[in-house]
Order: sequence, then C-alpha cells, then structure tokens
Amino acid sequence: MTALPETIEVVDPVPGAAAPHLPPERGSDTVQLLTPEGDRVEHPDYSLDITDEELRALYRDLVLVRRWDAEATALQRQGELGIWASLLGQEAAQIGAGRAMAEGDMAFPTYREHGVAWARGVDPLHVMSLFRGVDNGGWDPVATGFSLYTIVIGSQCLHATGYAMGVQRDGAEQAVLAFLGDGATSQGEVNEAMIWAASFSAPVVFFCQNNQYAISVPLERQSRVPLYQRAAGFGFPGVRVDGNDVLAVLAVTRAALQAAREGQGPTFIEAFTYRMGAHTTSDDPTRYRLAGELEEWKLRDPIARLKAHLSRSGAADAQFFDAVEAEADELAVGIRRGTVEMPDPAPTEMFDHVYAEQTPHLAAQRDEFVAYRASFEGER
Amino acid sequence: MTETLTIGKALNLGLRRAMEDDAKVVLMGEDIGRLGGVFRITDGLQKDFGEARVVDTPLAEAGILGTAVGLAMRGYRPVCEIQFDGFVFPAYNQIVTQVAKMHARSKGRVAMPIVIRIPMGGGIGAVEHHSESPEAYFAHTAGLKVVAVSNPVDAYWGIQQAIAHPDPVVFLEPKRRYWEKAEVDVDATPDPLFGSRVVRGGDDVTVLAYGPMVKTALQAAEAAAEEGRSLEVIDLRTVAPLDLDPVVESVRRTGRCVVVHEAPTSLGLGAEIAARVTETCFHSLEAPVLRVGGYDTPYPPSKLEEEYLPDLDRVLDAVDRSMGF
Repeated sequence: MTALPETIEVVDPVPGAAAPHLPPERGSDTVQLLTPEGDRVEHPDYSLDITDEELRALYRDLVLVRRWDAEATALQRQGELGIWASLLGQEAAQIGAGRAMAEGDMAFPTYREHGVAWARGVDPLHVMSLFRGVDNGGWDPVATGFSLYTIVIGSQCLHATGYAMGVQRDGAEQAVLAFLGDGATSQGEVNEAMIWAASFSAPVVFFCQNNQYAISVPLERQSRVPLYQRAAGFGFPGVRVDGNDVLAVLAVTRAALQAAREGQGPTFIEAFTYRMGAHTTSDDPTRYRLAGELEEWKLRDPIARLKAHLSRSGAADAQFFDAVEAEADELAVGIRRGTVEMPDPAPTEMFDHVYAEQTPHLAAQRDEFVAYRASFEGER
Repeated sequence: MTETLTIGKALNLGLRRAMEDDAKVVLMGEDIGRLGGVFRITDGLQKDFGEARVVDTPLAEAGILGTAVGLAMRGYRPVCEIQFDGFVFPAYNQIVTQVAKMHARSKGRVAMPIVIRIPMGGGIGAVEHHSESPEAYFAHTAGLKVVAVSNPVDAYWGIQQAIAHPDPVVFLEPKRRYWEKAEVDVDATPDPLFGSRVVRGGDDVTVLAYGPMVKTALQAAEAAAEEGRSLEVIDLRTVAPLDLDPVVESVRRTGRCVVVHEAPTSLGLGAEIAARVTETCFHSLEAPVLRVGGYDTPYPPSKLEEEYLPDLDRVLDAVDRSMGF
C-alpha cells in the first residue's frame, strides 16, 4: 500500500474554477434571439415568428413569476414557509420552456420549476403548500401535464424517459420535457435516462438549466466540457441556448419538442443561466461565490431585456407595464393570503394515501392513533 | 481539557483530530469543502487540510461511495458525508453490494475502513427526504456497523473511533440535536464505540433509545419521576452490533422494556430488540416489550411531523401500558 506523502500539495484539479461564470461570448454556439440590451437578432437554425401580443404575454409571465418568487421568499422569512427554492434569474428559461409545451405534453420538474408550473396552469398555492409543509404538492400531475416536484436530484429524468416510452407505445403525438440542473448531470440516474432515451428514441427533451452552481459546487466540478456537448456521447443533439433569453429558449425548446413528437428522439438543451439568489432560503451564497459575478449577471437580466425590446419596438407602452405591475402585486396579495390562511392538514392524512388498497395493519394503526389523540381531549 | 461543545462542533473537532492523527483520512461529500457542509460540520477543514483531503465531490452519491471503495483499497480512510438521510439511496447499491461485502468477498484481504456520515431523523421542519431514519436498512446488512450518537461527548470521540475502526461504519448524526451542548473532556479516555450505556438509573421500566430519541426518553423519565415512576434509560449508542448486556441486566431487574425510535415501528430496530430481550429475559418479563416509533407511513409533510415523531407523551403512554400488564 502506498503511503500518503507527509505534505500534500493542493492541486486544484479544475484549472480556472474560480473564474466568473459568465455566459459564452456572442457569436459562439449559444442560441440567442434577444440580446441583453433588448435587440432582436437572427439565428440561422432557429427563427421565431411571434406577435406583439405574444411578446407581451411572455413579459407578463416573467414579471408575475418573479413577483410570486419574491413574495414566497418574504413569506419564508416571516415564518410562513419552511423553506423556499428561489427561481430568481431563471424566469426566462422556465417560461420559455413551459410556454414551448403543447397541451398534451408532460413536464417532469425538479423542485425549482415554479415558472414552468405557472405556464402549465398550476395554482401557485399548490406549490406553496409543499414549501409550507402541508403536503408534497397539491396539484394533479395528470390534469396539469406537470408531474410533482422531485427533490432527490435527477430521479425524474428516468421517469420522464419512461413516460415518453409510454407515449411512443400509444402512438401519441406528444412530447415529454425533463427538467434538471447542472449538478444533476453527475448523477448516474441522469446518465441512465439519456442512454435509455437514445436507445429507444424516446420522445423526451432534457432541459438542463445550467445555473452554474449545485448549492456551492461550481459547474467545473460536474463537467469539464460544456454540458450540451455531453449529448453527442449519448447519440442525440445537444443545443446551448441563452437561458436568460426567453425568445431563444422558446424557439429552441419548441423545435426540440416538435422533433420528439415527430419521432426524431431526444434532444439535450443546456439553458445557460444564473441562480441570482441562494440555493434555498437555508443557504448563504456569500460563502462560496463572488459578489462581482452576481453584478455581471444582473446586466443580463431576463426581464429587463424583454422590457427594453417591448418599449423600443413600440409593442408595449407605460400603461401596459403599469398594468402588469399592478397585476403582480395583486397576485402577491392573493398568494400571501392563501398561504397564511392555508389550513393545516388533518393529522390522520398521513395514513390515508400510503396504499391504493389500505392494509388492515395500517388501518388499525390509524385507529390507535385516533384513540391516542382522543385521550388528550380537553388537555390540548 | 474540557470544552463546551455542540454536537456539530464536537463532530467538527473530532474530524479535525482524526485528520491530524492520520494523513490517510480523506473527507468526501457534496458542499463539504468551501461551504463547510450544509450543517457546517466540516467548516474550516478544507481551508486547513486542502482540497485533496476535503473533497467537494460532484453531485453523485453512488460516485462518493463507489470511489470510497477504491480509495479504501488504496489505503485511504474515506469519510463520506451524505447530505441528508433521504439522499443515501443512490449510494445504497454501493454500500450494500460493495462496501459491506468486500471484506468477506476477499476472505479478509481487503478492509473497508469507510465511515458514512448521515444526518438522521426529523423535527427540523424540512421538505421530503430530509427527515428520515434509515438505520434498519443498514443494520440489516451484514458487514456494516451502525452507530447513532446522541450527545457531544459521543460525537467527538465516536467519529474518531469510527474513522480508526477497520470496518465500514454508518455514522448517524442526530440532526435536530446538532446545536445541543455539553462539556467534552478532550483528554479523557473514551468509552468503547460499540457499547450501550445506562444514562439514567431506575427501577420500574427500562426505556431504550439511540440518537435523537435519547433526549426524548430522558425527558419522559423526568416527567415520570414527578409521578413517582422510576424509568431506567439506556442509550444504545450502537445499533449494529447491538450491545444488549446492560439491557438484559436492566430488564431482569425492572421486568419491563420500552424501545423508542423515530423510524417506522414495523420491522425497525425495536422488533429485533424485542425478540432478543424476550429470548434472554423471558422469565423476568412482567409485560411484553413495547415499541414506540414512527407510524408505518412515509415521513409526513412537516406540518404533521410532531404527530408522527415519538414524544414524551407517547413514551409515557407506552410506559403506562407496560405497567398495566
């Protein structure tokens, strides 16, 4: 057995790991249709015909989910939520992807996809109930086309692939959108999902929001090549898109979903973005990243660039922006009220859905639990 | 020298001392380096020991345990942190099929001196997968040793003893008790790692607990004393191997035994303990061994966790039932 040397030299195995996580330069292989300054640009492979009304609708989505997110963070600080995983900075990636989906498509989210939930028509309070500790998500995954949040990193990618295999067997013209983060690409299950998807040419699109950090661990520890290039090794296309450009995300995701529906198999989309907040409200990012990095990314804000474009092109006026702000405030008030007034679950609820067919043992344990609680009546 | 330490700080100092004592100790886990771990148990260690000895790993639990097997074969002593109990399962294959069996497979030629640190249990108001008690899965697997500390003294010494031990040790840390303090004599001679300990003497009922439930059992004993009942509380400290000698001695005196754990009651540690106590103390028992545990449901959303977790009242309820036989 080899002994360890007396003194170990610290060799950073990832040269440049401390470099700011800035987006690739323009003109690189990153799809962009709207610059950070709000200018529309063309891309040879991805075009987007979009009306002013649709542009305004996207802007409204972005503003509303950011307002929801801010309200949720505040509610957590005030003790009304146990924890909150903020999407701040990732609104365009999520709205672009969510709005690219067609009605029969199915999404498999992580735990941060509030913007996609919004786009799928999930009631925000059904998301809030999870973070309040009332349930594990109150929405109907089938009715909404939006699976329940998955907290264990990467597990949902296999579910999405299996669901897509079902779609394939049904002969349906539907596609599946699997959400994951940069950290998840290191998980064995995610790699297995991509192998399965490729082997069976399943109609699934892997939508990776590369927000540069897995809690504190930077991208360089997960991959030494740009993530979208991983797809080639699995045998399907990989595309990198400016994740803060809602138009590019919409165009790229729409095309990938359509290709999947048409039987062309999976695509891996790397939406290059930045988690502007903490990992969750329990996290303190000042311990592991530089403030300057955040400042750089603020210049690439996903909402500001669309607002600039709408103003400059005349597609929206001050009255429109004011109306959206007012609607956002109204939404926040409703979310706050609904959250604060949300009733606690019935204590027996934990016994009620463990099995489709209740077991005699658990039914008896439930009865004992009820009797035990009743023994305190008058005391509590 | 005596210091007042929280369980979290005791673990931190214990890890530091183990790393100073043995240059082959390597810490591996998600966010354990620059961040110092989500519970800050490894705070400052990467700064002082470098990135080769405190490794911020990719986000891949099977990778953490699988590479630990290789590092152990190469003569290192990996100390793996699993961020939360519910995240251990991607690594479960490596733990059960490789870590646990390598020594037997190699006829003793290859040791697996790996420590798997897992913050365990509920009571912190968390979302799904952050509050589980998976000890029975590991205790049921031959080849693994499973320790569940309850206090800063055992945290400080136990982590060092586990690291120095030649077999793989699943080291369960009572996460909701991380901030509890006690005096730790860092020059003392520690108790053996795999031994249970009477932490409160009594005559009427023997109450067994480990990890986060030891405090609950002690609170129950305090409350019972006010009603004139004398509970003997034993901190099992290790759940594989079980050290039941002090338990047998106690139950032969009291004739009654209650086992408390957060994990679901059915097929939990309590079941094994009940069987063994019945076998060894059958003629002394005045009542069947009773179990107080979580219900046989998934760990519930946090609004219901106080209903799910055993508390002082549920321990006393079991004591009442035991006395009623």
